[in-house]
Amino acid sequence: MTTYIQNFLKFQSLLIELVGRDIKIKYRRSVLGVLWTLLNPLLMMIVLSVVFSNLFKFDVENFPLYLLSGQVIFNFFSDSTTSSMSAIVQNAPLIKKIYIPKYLFVLARIASSSINLMASFTALLLVMIAMRVELHYMVIFVFVPIVLLVTFSLGIGLILSALVVKFRDIMHLYSVFTTALMYLTPVIYPLTILPNWIRTIVMINPITNYLIMFRNVMLYNKFLGWGNLALGIVEAGLALALGLYVFYKNQDEFILNI
Amino acid sequence: MEEQMMVVAEHVSMRFNMSSEKFDSFKEYVIKSIKKQVSFNEFWALNDVSFSLKKGDSLGLIGLNGSGKSTMLKTIAGVLKPTKGSVKVFGSVAPLIELGAGFDMDLTARENVFLNGALLGYKRKEMEEFYDDIVEFSELGNFMNIPVKNFSSGMISRLAFAIATIGTPDILIVDEVLSVGDFRFQNKCEERIQKMIDGGTTILFVSHSIEQVKKICNKILWLDHGNVKMFGDADEVCDIYSKA
Repeated sequence: MTTYIQNFLKFQSLLIELVGRDIKIKYRRSVLGVLWTLLNPLLMMIVLSVVFSNLFKFDVENFPLYLLSGQVIFNFFSDSTTSSMSAIVQNAPLIKKIYIPKYLFVLARIASSSINLMASFTALLLVMIAMRVELHYMVIFVFVPIVLLVTFSLGIGLILSALVVKFRDIMHLYSVFTTALMYLTPVIYPLTILPNWIRTIVMINPITNYLIMFRNVMLYNKFLGWGNLALGIVEAGLALALGLYVFYKNQDEFILNI
Repeated sequence: MEEQMMVVAEHVSMRFNMSSEKFDSFKEYVIKSIKKQVSFNEFWALNDVSFSLKKGDSLGLIGLNGSGKSTMLKTIAGVLKPTKGSVKVFGSVAPLIELGAGFDMDLTARENVFLNGALLGYKRKEMEEFYDDIVEFSELGNFMNIPVKNFSSGMISRLAFAIATIGTPDILIVDEVLSVGDFRFQNKCEERIQKMIDGGTTILFVSHSIEQVKKICNKILWLDHGNVKMFGDADEVCDIYSKA
Protein backbone atom coordinates (compact mmCIF):
# COMPACT_ATOMS: atom_id res chain seq x y z
CA MET A 1 0.00 0.00 0.00
CA THR A 2 2.75 2.43 0.92
CA THR A 3 4.48 1.76 -2.38
CA TYR A 4 1.28 2.72 -4.16
CA ILE A 5 1.14 5.98 -2.27
CA GLN A 6 4.83 6.71 -2.89
CA ASN A 7 4.34 6.00 -6.56
CA PHE A 8 1.37 8.31 -6.67
CA LEU A 9 3.29 11.10 -4.99
CA LYS A 10 6.15 10.69 -7.42
CA PHE A 11 3.82 11.04 -10.38
CA GLN A 12 1.58 13.68 -8.88
CA SER A 13 3.19 16.37 -10.97
CA LEU A 14 2.53 14.27 -14.05
CA LEU A 15 -1.15 14.31 -13.23
CA ILE A 16 -1.06 18.09 -13.07
CA GLU A 17 0.85 18.31 -16.36
CA LEU A 18 -1.56 15.94 -18.10
CA VAL A 19 -4.59 17.88 -16.95
CA GLY A 20 -2.92 21.13 -17.95
CA ARG A 21 -2.17 19.71 -21.37
CA ASP A 22 -5.76 18.61 -21.93
CA ILE A 23 -7.06 22.05 -21.15
CA LYS A 24 -4.36 23.93 -23.06
CA ILE A 25 -4.88 21.89 -26.21
CA LYS A 26 -8.63 22.12 -26.07
CA TYR A 27 -8.62 25.89 -26.12
CA ARG A 28 -5.50 26.63 -28.12
CA ARG A 29 -6.16 29.02 -30.98
CA SER A 30 -9.56 30.01 -29.71
CA VAL A 31 -9.91 33.70 -28.97
CA LEU A 32 -11.96 33.34 -25.82
CA GLY A 33 -9.92 30.42 -24.52
CA VAL A 34 -10.96 28.84 -21.25
CA LEU A 35 -14.01 31.12 -21.18
CA TRP A 36 -15.61 28.61 -23.52
CA THR A 37 -16.06 26.09 -20.72
CA LEU A 38 -18.38 28.67 -19.21
CA LEU A 39 -19.98 29.94 -22.41
CA ASN A 40 -20.65 26.54 -23.90
CA PRO A 41 -23.18 25.32 -21.32
CA LEU A 42 -24.75 28.79 -21.22
CA LEU A 43 -25.38 28.88 -24.94
CA MET A 44 -26.56 25.28 -24.98
CA MET A 45 -28.99 26.09 -22.22
CA ILE A 46 -30.40 29.06 -24.10
CA VAL A 47 -30.98 26.95 -27.21
CA LEU A 48 -32.55 24.08 -25.31
CA SER A 49 -34.73 26.14 -23.06
CA VAL A 50 -36.03 28.16 -26.02
CA VAL A 51 -36.81 24.93 -27.85
CA PHE A 52 -38.34 23.10 -24.96
CA SER A 53 -40.30 25.88 -23.35
CA ASN A 54 -42.02 26.58 -26.67
CA LEU A 55 -42.25 23.12 -28.17
CA PHE A 56 -43.12 20.96 -25.23
CA LYS A 57 -44.74 22.52 -22.24
CA PHE A 58 -43.64 20.83 -19.06
CA ASP A 59 -45.11 21.98 -15.85
CA VAL A 60 -41.81 22.79 -14.23
CA GLU A 61 -41.01 25.86 -12.24
CA ASN A 62 -37.92 27.68 -13.59
CA PHE A 63 -37.59 25.33 -16.50
CA PRO A 64 -34.26 26.76 -17.79
CA LEU A 65 -32.69 26.05 -14.42
CA TYR A 66 -34.20 22.59 -14.25
CA LEU A 67 -32.74 21.86 -17.64
CA LEU A 68 -29.36 23.41 -17.01
CA SER A 69 -28.87 21.60 -13.71
CA GLY A 70 -29.72 18.35 -15.44
CA GLN A 71 -27.25 19.11 -18.18
CA VAL A 72 -24.45 20.03 -15.82
CA ILE A 73 -24.71 16.65 -14.13
CA PHE A 74 -25.41 14.49 -17.13
CA ASN A 75 -22.86 16.12 -19.42
CA PHE A 76 -20.18 15.63 -16.82
CA PHE A 77 -20.92 11.94 -16.63
CA SER A 78 -21.02 11.45 -20.37
CA ASP A 79 -17.97 13.64 -21.13
CA SER A 80 -15.79 12.24 -18.39
CA THR A 81 -16.53 8.61 -19.12
CA THR A 82 -16.25 9.09 -22.88
CA SER A 83 -12.89 10.80 -22.59
CA SER A 84 -11.49 8.40 -20.02
CA MET A 85 -12.61 5.50 -22.16
CA SER A 86 -9.95 6.36 -24.73
CA ALA A 87 -7.33 7.38 -22.18
CA ILE A 88 -5.29 4.20 -22.42
CA VAL A 89 -5.63 3.68 -26.16
CA GLN A 90 -4.71 7.24 -27.03
CA ASN A 91 -1.67 7.26 -24.78
CA ALA A 92 -0.41 4.03 -26.31
CA PRO A 93 2.87 5.53 -27.58
CA LEU A 94 3.76 6.56 -24.03
CA ILE A 95 2.62 3.36 -22.37
CA LYS A 96 4.74 1.37 -24.79
CA LYS A 97 7.87 3.32 -23.98
CA ILE A 98 7.98 4.25 -20.32
CA TYR A 99 6.70 2.97 -17.05
CA ILE A 100 3.94 5.17 -15.69
CA PRO A 101 1.13 4.04 -13.41
CA LYS A 102 -1.53 3.60 -16.06
CA TYR A 103 -4.51 4.65 -14.00
CA LEU A 104 -3.01 8.16 -14.06
CA PHE A 105 -4.20 8.64 -17.63
CA VAL A 106 -7.77 7.85 -16.65
CA LEU A 107 -7.49 9.98 -13.54
CA ALA A 108 -6.19 12.89 -15.60
CA ARG A 109 -9.16 12.70 -17.98
CA ILE A 110 -11.59 12.62 -15.07
CA ALA A 111 -9.78 15.54 -13.49
CA SER A 112 -9.97 17.69 -16.62
CA SER A 113 -13.66 16.89 -16.96
CA SER A 114 -14.10 17.89 -13.34
CA ILE A 115 -12.58 21.26 -14.13
CA ASN A 116 -15.15 21.63 -16.90
CA LEU A 117 -17.79 20.64 -14.40
CA MET A 118 -16.68 23.49 -12.14
CA ALA A 119 -17.03 25.88 -15.05
CA SER A 120 -20.49 24.70 -16.01
CA PHE A 121 -21.47 24.79 -12.36
CA THR A 122 -20.36 28.42 -12.29
CA ALA A 123 -22.50 29.01 -15.36
CA LEU A 124 -25.45 27.54 -13.50
CA LEU A 125 -24.82 29.84 -10.55
CA LEU A 126 -24.62 32.84 -12.88
CA VAL A 127 -27.94 31.94 -14.46
CA MET A 128 -29.49 31.51 -11.04
CA ILE A 129 -28.32 34.96 -10.07
CA ALA A 130 -29.46 36.43 -13.38
CA MET A 131 -32.90 34.88 -12.96
CA ARG A 132 -33.01 36.18 -9.40
CA VAL A 133 -33.58 32.76 -7.96
CA GLU A 134 -32.91 32.63 -4.28
CA LEU A 135 -29.77 30.75 -3.27
CA HIS A 136 -30.53 28.77 -0.18
CA TYR A 137 -28.10 27.75 2.50
CA MET A 138 -28.61 24.10 1.49
CA VAL A 139 -26.32 24.87 -1.46
CA ILE A 140 -23.34 24.18 0.79
CA PHE A 141 -24.16 20.47 0.52
CA VAL A 142 -23.76 20.55 -3.24
CA PHE A 143 -20.28 19.06 -3.02
CA VAL A 144 -21.79 15.77 -1.82
CA PRO A 145 -23.56 14.72 -5.03
CA ILE A 146 -20.69 16.14 -7.08
CA VAL A 147 -17.99 14.18 -5.25
CA LEU A 148 -20.09 11.02 -5.43
CA LEU A 149 -20.71 11.51 -9.13
CA VAL A 150 -17.00 12.07 -9.82
CA THR A 151 -16.17 8.87 -7.93
CA PHE A 152 -18.85 6.98 -9.79
CA SER A 153 -17.59 8.28 -13.15
CA LEU A 154 -14.01 7.37 -12.24
CA GLY A 155 -15.09 3.80 -11.59
CA ILE A 156 -16.99 3.59 -14.87
CA GLY A 157 -14.11 5.29 -16.69
CA LEU A 158 -11.62 2.73 -15.36
CA ILE A 159 -13.81 -0.16 -16.50
CA LEU A 160 -14.37 1.33 -19.94
CA SER A 161 -10.73 2.25 -20.53
CA ALA A 162 -9.65 -1.29 -19.69
CA LEU A 163 -12.31 -2.93 -21.86
CA VAL A 164 -11.73 -0.67 -24.85
CA VAL A 165 -8.13 -1.87 -25.05
CA LYS A 166 -9.48 -5.29 -25.95
CA PHE A 167 -12.67 -4.37 -27.74
CA ARG A 168 -12.58 -1.16 -29.71
CA ASP A 169 -16.25 -1.47 -30.66
CA ILE A 170 -17.20 -0.24 -27.24
CA MET A 171 -16.18 3.25 -28.31
CA HIS A 172 -18.88 3.31 -30.95
CA LEU A 173 -21.43 1.52 -28.84
CA TYR A 174 -20.93 3.80 -25.91
CA SER A 175 -22.01 6.97 -27.71
CA VAL A 176 -25.31 5.27 -28.53
CA PHE A 177 -25.54 4.12 -24.95
CA THR A 178 -25.04 7.61 -23.51
CA THR A 179 -27.72 9.02 -25.80
CA ALA A 180 -30.13 6.40 -24.56
CA LEU A 181 -29.03 7.04 -21.00
CA MET A 182 -29.73 10.73 -21.37
CA TYR A 183 -33.36 10.01 -22.13
CA LEU A 184 -33.45 7.69 -19.15
CA THR A 185 -32.30 10.52 -16.92
CA PRO A 186 -34.74 13.29 -16.04
CA VAL A 187 -32.63 15.98 -17.69
CA ILE A 188 -35.30 17.55 -19.90
CA TYR A 189 -38.56 16.19 -18.51
CA PRO A 190 -39.94 16.06 -14.98
CA LEU A 191 -40.24 12.65 -13.35
CA THR A 192 -43.95 13.19 -12.77
CA ILE A 193 -44.92 12.91 -16.44
CA LEU A 194 -43.61 9.37 -16.69
CA PRO A 195 -45.85 6.32 -16.57
CA ASN A 196 -45.01 4.09 -13.64
CA TRP A 197 -43.05 1.39 -15.37
CA ILE A 198 -40.75 3.81 -17.15
CA ARG A 199 -40.28 5.71 -13.94
CA THR A 200 -38.97 2.54 -12.32
CA ILE A 201 -36.35 2.20 -15.04
CA VAL A 202 -35.38 5.85 -14.75
CA MET A 203 -35.01 5.50 -11.01
CA ILE A 204 -32.68 2.53 -11.39
CA ASN A 205 -30.31 4.71 -13.38
CA PRO A 206 -27.65 5.88 -10.88
CA ILE A 207 -27.32 9.27 -12.57
CA THR A 208 -30.96 10.00 -11.75
CA ASN A 209 -30.20 9.63 -8.08
CA TYR A 210 -27.23 12.03 -8.21
CA LEU A 211 -29.28 14.48 -10.21
CA ILE A 212 -32.15 14.39 -7.72
CA MET A 213 -29.75 15.13 -4.87
CA PHE A 214 -28.14 17.93 -6.89
CA ARG A 215 -31.46 19.56 -7.69
CA ASN A 216 -32.69 19.15 -4.14
CA VAL A 217 -29.91 21.28 -2.72
CA MET A 218 -29.55 23.69 -5.64
CA LEU A 219 -33.15 24.48 -6.51
CA TYR A 220 -35.52 23.23 -3.87
CA ASN A 221 -33.77 24.05 -0.62
CA LYS A 222 -34.18 20.47 0.49
CA PHE A 223 -31.64 18.20 2.11
CA LEU A 224 -30.14 15.49 -0.08
CA GLY A 225 -32.39 12.83 1.40
CA TRP A 226 -30.88 10.07 3.51
CA GLY A 227 -32.11 7.29 1.27
CA ASN A 228 -30.70 8.95 -1.83
CA LEU A 229 -27.44 9.66 -0.04
CA ALA A 230 -26.99 6.06 1.11
CA LEU A 231 -27.80 4.73 -2.35
CA GLY A 232 -25.44 7.25 -3.95
CA ILE A 233 -22.56 6.29 -1.68
CA VAL A 234 -23.09 2.58 -2.27
CA GLU A 235 -23.28 3.00 -6.04
CA ALA A 236 -20.20 5.21 -6.18
CA GLY A 237 -18.27 2.80 -3.95
CA LEU A 238 -19.30 -0.21 -6.00
CA ALA A 239 -18.42 1.46 -9.29
CA LEU A 240 -14.99 2.47 -8.02
CA ALA A 241 -14.25 -0.92 -6.50
CA LEU A 242 -15.29 -2.73 -9.65
CA GLY A 243 -13.38 -0.24 -11.79
CA LEU A 244 -10.16 -0.71 -9.82
CA TYR A 245 -10.59 -4.48 -9.88
CA VAL A 246 -11.13 -4.68 -13.65
CA PHE A 247 -8.35 -2.20 -14.32
CA TYR A 248 -5.73 -3.88 -12.15
CA LYS A 249 -6.67 -7.29 -13.44
CA ASN A 250 -6.07 -6.21 -17.03
CA GLN A 251 -3.42 -3.53 -16.89
CA ASP A 252 -0.43 -5.81 -17.50
CA GLU A 253 -1.95 -6.94 -20.75
CA PHE A 254 -2.69 -3.46 -22.08
CA ILE A 255 0.65 -3.25 -23.77
CA LEU A 256 0.03 -6.41 -25.76
CA ASN A 257 -3.17 -5.03 -27.22
CA ILE A 258 -2.54 -1.36 -27.87
CA MET B 1 29.16 -8.07 -1.44
CA GLU B 2 30.86 -4.75 -1.63
CA GLU B 3 29.58 -3.64 -4.96
CA GLN B 4 25.96 -2.77 -5.22
CA MET B 5 23.80 -4.65 -7.66
CA MET B 6 21.81 -2.42 -9.98
CA VAL B 7 19.93 -4.77 -12.29
CA VAL B 8 19.36 -8.44 -11.72
CA ALA B 9 17.52 -10.36 -14.41
CA GLU B 10 16.76 -13.96 -13.58
CA HIS B 11 15.51 -16.41 -16.19
CA VAL B 12 13.48 -13.77 -17.97
CA SER B 13 11.16 -15.10 -20.64
CA MET B 14 8.67 -13.04 -22.54
CA ARG B 15 5.86 -14.56 -24.53
CA PHE B 16 3.75 -12.73 -27.04
CA ASN B 17 0.47 -14.07 -28.15
CA MET B 18 0.29 -13.57 -31.85
CA SER B 19 -3.44 -14.15 -31.88
CA SER B 20 -4.11 -11.13 -29.70
CA GLU B 21 -3.40 -8.94 -32.69
CA LYS B 22 -5.92 -10.63 -34.85
CA PHE B 23 -9.22 -9.57 -33.42
CA ASP B 24 -10.22 -6.34 -31.90
CA SER B 25 -13.94 -6.39 -32.09
CA PHE B 26 -16.62 -8.26 -30.24
CA LYS B 27 -18.00 -9.83 -33.36
CA GLU B 28 -14.74 -11.34 -34.43
CA TYR B 29 -13.97 -12.44 -30.91
CA VAL B 30 -17.28 -14.20 -30.47
CA ILE B 31 -17.19 -15.83 -33.88
CA LYS B 32 -13.64 -16.97 -33.45
CA SER B 33 -14.15 -18.32 -29.97
CA ILE B 34 -17.18 -20.25 -31.12
CA LYS B 35 -15.28 -21.68 -34.01
CA LYS B 36 -12.36 -22.25 -31.64
CA GLN B 37 -10.18 -20.27 -33.97
CA VAL B 38 -8.50 -18.29 -31.26
CA SER B 39 -5.27 -19.88 -32.18
CA PHE B 40 -2.48 -19.49 -29.74
CA ASN B 41 0.44 -18.79 -31.91
CA GLU B 42 3.05 -18.28 -29.30
CA PHE B 43 6.13 -16.26 -29.89
CA TRP B 44 8.91 -16.12 -27.37
CA ALA B 45 10.70 -12.81 -27.71
CA LEU B 46 12.97 -13.66 -24.82
CA ASN B 47 13.97 -17.06 -23.63
CA ASP B 48 15.53 -17.61 -20.24
CA VAL B 49 17.74 -14.54 -20.17
CA SER B 50 19.76 -13.98 -17.03
CA PHE B 51 22.39 -11.40 -16.23
CA SER B 52 23.28 -8.92 -13.55
CA LEU B 53 24.86 -5.51 -13.50
CA LYS B 54 26.75 -3.81 -10.72
CA LYS B 55 26.91 -0.13 -9.99
CA GLY B 56 29.00 1.68 -12.57
CA ASP B 57 28.64 -0.99 -15.20
CA SER B 58 27.38 -0.03 -18.61
CA LEU B 59 25.73 -2.68 -20.68
CA GLY B 60 25.52 -2.78 -24.44
CA LEU B 61 22.86 -4.93 -26.04
CA ILE B 62 23.70 -6.20 -29.48
CA GLY B 63 22.09 -8.55 -31.91
CA LEU B 64 20.20 -8.51 -35.16
CA ASN B 65 16.79 -6.96 -35.65
CA GLY B 66 14.15 -8.93 -33.80
CA SER B 67 16.57 -10.54 -31.42
CA GLY B 68 14.76 -9.17 -28.39
CA LYS B 69 16.95 -6.20 -27.44
CA SER B 70 14.15 -3.71 -27.09
CA THR B 71 11.95 -6.24 -25.33
CA MET B 72 14.72 -6.76 -22.82
CA LEU B 73 15.01 -3.03 -22.22
CA LYS B 74 11.27 -2.73 -21.83
CA THR B 75 11.16 -5.38 -19.15
CA ILE B 76 13.90 -3.51 -17.30
CA ALA B 77 12.05 -0.22 -17.67
CA GLY B 78 8.96 -1.85 -16.21
CA VAL B 79 6.91 -1.36 -19.35
CA LEU B 80 6.55 -5.09 -19.93
CA LYS B 81 6.11 -7.67 -17.26
CA PRO B 82 8.05 -10.84 -18.04
CA THR B 83 5.94 -13.96 -18.56
CA LYS B 84 8.42 -15.96 -16.52
CA GLY B 85 11.33 -14.99 -14.34
CA SER B 86 11.94 -11.64 -12.75
CA VAL B 87 13.78 -8.40 -13.25
CA LYS B 88 14.87 -6.54 -10.18
CA VAL B 89 15.96 -2.96 -10.56
CA PHE B 90 17.58 -1.06 -7.74
CA GLY B 91 17.30 2.65 -8.22
CA SER B 92 15.61 5.11 -10.53
CA VAL B 93 15.34 4.38 -14.21
CA ALA B 94 15.38 7.14 -16.81
CA PRO B 95 14.26 5.83 -20.16
CA LEU B 96 15.59 7.76 -23.11
CA ILE B 97 12.26 7.88 -24.83
CA GLU B 98 12.46 7.03 -28.48
CA LEU B 99 12.17 9.94 -30.83
CA GLY B 100 9.60 12.14 -29.25
CA ALA B 101 7.33 9.41 -27.94
CA GLY B 102 6.76 11.49 -24.86
CA PHE B 103 6.10 14.66 -26.78
CA ASP B 104 2.74 16.12 -27.46
CA MET B 105 3.07 17.57 -30.91
CA ASP B 106 0.61 20.39 -30.25
CA LEU B 107 2.46 21.73 -27.25
CA THR B 108 5.43 24.05 -27.48
CA ALA B 109 8.92 22.81 -26.76
CA ARG B 110 8.85 24.59 -23.41
CA GLU B 111 5.63 22.92 -22.36
CA ASN B 112 6.95 19.59 -23.54
CA VAL B 113 10.01 19.95 -21.34
CA PHE B 114 7.78 20.08 -18.29
CA LEU B 115 5.47 17.33 -19.54
CA ASN B 116 8.40 15.02 -20.23
CA GLY B 117 10.04 15.89 -16.96
CA ALA B 118 6.83 14.88 -15.22
CA LEU B 119 6.77 11.64 -17.19
CA LEU B 120 10.20 10.90 -15.81
CA GLY B 121 8.94 11.67 -12.33
CA TYR B 122 10.40 15.12 -11.76
CA LYS B 123 8.52 17.87 -9.98
CA ARG B 124 7.85 21.13 -11.76
CA LYS B 125 10.19 22.98 -9.43
CA GLU B 126 13.04 20.59 -10.17
CA MET B 127 12.37 20.98 -13.87
CA GLU B 128 12.61 24.75 -13.62
CA GLU B 129 16.13 24.33 -12.26
CA PHE B 130 17.05 22.03 -15.14
CA TYR B 131 15.34 24.14 -17.77
CA ASP B 132 18.26 26.39 -18.75
CA ASP B 133 20.56 23.42 -18.95
CA ILE B 134 18.15 21.61 -21.27
CA VAL B 135 17.83 24.62 -23.56
CA GLU B 136 21.56 25.08 -23.68
CA PHE B 137 22.37 21.45 -24.37
CA SER B 138 19.74 21.00 -27.06
CA GLU B 139 20.77 24.30 -28.70
CA LEU B 140 17.14 25.19 -29.27
CA GLY B 141 17.15 28.53 -27.49
CA ASN B 142 15.21 30.30 -30.24
CA PHE B 143 12.62 27.60 -30.71
CA MET B 144 11.34 26.93 -27.23
CA ASN B 145 8.01 28.64 -27.80
CA ILE B 146 7.22 26.87 -31.05
CA PRO B 147 4.94 23.80 -31.20
CA VAL B 148 6.98 20.65 -31.51
CA LYS B 149 5.06 19.55 -34.59
CA ASN B 150 7.09 22.11 -36.55
CA PHE B 151 10.38 20.63 -35.39
CA SER B 152 12.66 18.51 -37.52
CA SER B 153 13.38 15.00 -36.29
CA GLY B 154 16.89 16.06 -35.38
CA MET B 155 15.58 18.86 -33.21
CA ILE B 156 13.14 16.54 -31.48
CA SER B 157 15.78 13.99 -30.66
CA ARG B 158 18.12 16.69 -29.38
CA LEU B 159 15.43 17.91 -27.05
CA ALA B 160 14.50 14.37 -26.00
CA PHE B 161 18.10 13.56 -25.22
CA ALA B 162 18.61 16.75 -23.25
CA ILE B 163 15.54 16.06 -21.12
CA ALA B 164 16.26 12.41 -20.46
CA THR B 165 19.80 13.03 -19.30
CA ILE B 166 19.03 15.64 -16.67
CA GLY B 167 19.74 14.92 -13.07
CA THR B 168 21.54 11.78 -12.04
CA PRO B 169 19.35 8.76 -12.67
CA ASP B 170 20.75 5.48 -11.37
CA ILE B 171 19.99 3.76 -14.65
CA LEU B 172 19.73 5.32 -18.09
CA ILE B 173 18.19 3.44 -20.98
CA VAL B 174 19.36 4.48 -24.43
CA ASP B 175 17.60 2.75 -27.29
CA GLU B 176 19.14 3.58 -30.66
CA VAL B 177 18.55 7.26 -30.37
CA LEU B 178 22.11 8.25 -30.92
CA SER B 179 21.92 7.47 -34.59
CA VAL B 180 20.09 10.72 -35.23
CA GLY B 181 21.46 14.21 -35.15
CA ASP B 182 24.61 15.34 -36.87
CA PHE B 183 28.06 14.07 -36.13
CA ARG B 184 28.90 16.91 -33.77
CA PHE B 185 25.78 16.37 -31.70
CA GLN B 186 26.39 12.64 -31.53
CA ASN B 187 29.78 13.34 -30.04
CA LYS B 188 28.23 15.69 -27.57
CA CYS B 189 25.78 12.98 -26.54
CA GLU B 190 28.52 10.42 -26.12
CA GLU B 191 30.45 12.86 -23.97
CA ARG B 192 27.44 13.37 -21.80
CA ILE B 193 26.85 9.66 -21.44
CA GLN B 194 30.49 9.17 -20.56
CA LYS B 195 30.16 11.85 -17.91
CA MET B 196 27.15 10.06 -16.47
CA ILE B 197 29.01 6.76 -16.37
CA ASP B 198 31.82 8.47 -14.50
CA GLY B 199 29.21 9.81 -12.13
CA GLY B 200 28.11 6.26 -11.33
CA THR B 201 25.10 5.91 -13.60
CA THR B 202 24.45 2.51 -15.09
CA ILE B 203 23.83 2.73 -18.81
CA LEU B 204 21.82 0.26 -20.87
CA PHE B 205 22.60 0.89 -24.48
CA VAL B 206 21.20 -0.55 -27.67
CA SER B 207 22.92 0.14 -30.94
CA HIS B 208 23.77 -1.50 -34.21
CA SER B 209 27.03 0.34 -34.34
CA ILE B 210 29.55 -1.95 -32.70
CA GLU B 211 32.07 0.89 -32.45
CA GLN B 212 29.72 2.99 -30.40
CA VAL B 213 28.95 0.08 -28.09
CA LYS B 214 32.63 -0.61 -27.65
CA LYS B 215 33.35 3.01 -26.85
CA ILE B 216 30.64 3.34 -24.24
CA CYS B 217 30.07 -0.04 -22.63
CA ASN B 218 32.15 -2.39 -20.52
CA LYS B 219 29.70 -5.30 -20.56
CA ILE B 220 27.86 -6.72 -23.52
CA LEU B 221 24.79 -8.89 -23.80
CA TRP B 222 24.50 -10.53 -27.19
CA LEU B 223 21.02 -11.73 -27.98
CA ASP B 224 19.99 -14.01 -30.79
CA HIS B 225 16.32 -14.82 -31.35
CA GLY B 226 15.60 -14.23 -27.71
CA ASN B 227 18.42 -16.39 -26.41
CA VAL B 228 21.59 -15.21 -24.79
CA LYS B 229 24.41 -15.92 -27.16
CA MET B 230 27.05 -14.38 -24.98
CA PHE B 231 27.37 -12.18 -21.96
CA GLY B 232 30.64 -10.79 -20.78
CA ASP B 233 33.26 -8.11 -21.07
CA ALA B 234 32.95 -5.76 -23.99
CA ASP B 235 36.20 -6.47 -25.81
CA GLU B 236 35.81 -10.22 -25.65
CA VAL B 237 32.27 -10.29 -26.98
CA CYS B 238 32.97 -7.64 -29.59
CA ASP B 239 35.77 -9.65 -31.10
CA ILE B 240 33.60 -12.69 -31.56
CA TYR B 241 30.62 -10.63 -32.71
CA SER B 242 32.58 -8.89 -35.47
CA LYS B 243 33.89 -12.21 -36.71
CA ALA B 244 30.44 -13.79 -36.78
